[in-house]
Amino acid sequence: MTENSSKPRIVVLNTRAANVHSVEKALRKVGADPIVTSDPAELASADAAVLPGVGASDAVMTALNTLGMTEPVKEFAASGKPLLCVCVGLQVLFDSSEEGELPGLGLVDGKVELIPTGMTDELGAAMKVPHMGWNEVQFTGDDASRNPMFKDIPQGSHFYFVHSYRCVPDQQAEVAATSNYGIEICAAVAHGNVVGTQFHPEKSGDVGLQIYKNFLDLASNSTN
Amino acid sequence: MLTRRVIPCLDVDNGRVVKGVSFVDIRDAGDPAELAAFYNAEGADELVFLDITASSDARNTMIDVVEKVSSEVFIPLTVGGGIRSVDNMRQMLEAGADKVAVNSAAVANPQLIEDCAKEFGAQCVVLAMDVKRVDNPVISELEGYGSVPAEWMWQVYTHGGRRSTALDAVKWARLVTELGAGELLVTSMDADGQKTGYDNELLSVISDSVTVPVIASGGAGELDHFYDALVEGKSDAVLAASLFHFGELRVSEVKSYLAERGIPMREV
Repeated sequence: MTENSSKPRIVVLNTRAANVHSVEKALRKVGADPIVTSDPAELASADAAVLPGVGASDAVMTALNTLGMTEPVKEFAASGKPLLCVCVGLQVLFDSSEEGELPGLGLVDGKVELIPTGMTDELGAAMKVPHMGWNEVQFTGDDASRNPMFKDIPQGSHFYFVHSYRCVPDQQAEVAATSNYGIEICAAVAHGNVVGTQFHPEKSGDVGLQIYKNFLDLASNSTN
Repeated sequence: MLTRRVIPCLDVDNGRVVKGVSFVDIRDAGDPAELAAFYNAEGADELVFLDITASSDARNTMIDVVEKVSSEVFIPLTVGGGIRSVDNMRQMLEAGADKVAVNSAAVANPQLIEDCAKEFGAQCVVLAMDVKRVDNPVISELEGYGSVPAEWMWQVYTHGGRRSTALDAVKWARLVTELGAGELLVTSMDADGQKTGYDNELLSVISDSVTVPVIASGGAGELDHFYDALVEGKSDAVLAASLFHFGELRVSEVKSYLAERGIPMREV
């Protein structure tokens, strides 16, 4: 993209989650000009959108419901334009979560359950919940067959995770990446244009920024 | 598998990193953003910035620091020092911090931990504690905190280690995690600055008492100290300040050493 061509309209949904600002900064770093908003009307004219989230799923759903954003997000997902959902943003794509009482967006079939406690790792240490830190991620398929959101990322790269609940999609084909924390952790979900990561790409150094680059490329294509 | 983390800690006074060595690739060793970028390139898994500015008027200076660092460096960033309220914490998170460490204010008002965890999620709340082993503690100071070891205790200190409290470190660790602290940063005042190793006994007792990650702090001097804190001390992360800052050891060196000894490490 040349300096003069207009940048895609990327909307970061302000769910009041603590990572909204980090997502915005990561997008700026890769050359995007994101709009952080809680106005559902902005979503309708967006080329691509990010749904950030940390903390509790009910907090994100409450924010979406209160802002009148729940239906617009579902409509955006149905539009075929790129929607990147991060951490709890991924978890609210499901029907419901063990963590919360509010129904989720119901865009992906499956469940969200608590990571079991009481396991020990290879060093004999207790595995803590939340699963917090850098873990190795295996993407499903090679670079060519992967969802374009995950291209140009070396297999086995480390990404930064902070979560206590894990997603279990009904369709194994929708699991785009996995990680191991005593049990299998679904690290990413690809449901067509709707992609979610359990890890935080905005906090995962260069490999994380690559995801935002890929997202920006997809957004640029989506303007055509 | 989940890697162990190596975390440099930087002291910031009035927006400037407190004196350290000039690494070849750094022009201004006092610039927080430049040092953050340096440590990031070295493979630091996370950064801790500690605001040691005495005056509370200078709080906005720290917000600018966080804003600038988080626009350039995309690894987790913890900010501590002088955090007294939910609003203080919000300002830091909005400026780009991922976690905020509370210490003295949480001792004065433990409710702060619960309030912050409810507002932002437990993962944002790091409880920092400065701990000293005290023989024959004065029991009258300890009323209201249940039984303590008769001979000695691990006592919690506040205000940069200047003020003692009646709190037993292990009980305090349990209480704060129940209130919603998502991680503990445990500094041994006995080991701090000695370069004879972390207080692994303290670390392992605390680590066994809670279900959240523990960051070891205070005492690192040699490579094997980091290994011991992770294995004997059962810590999830190891933090060092002056050792990295004065170039005695490099983050990359520590990480290669730990990886060679079988500790899972993130490759950069």
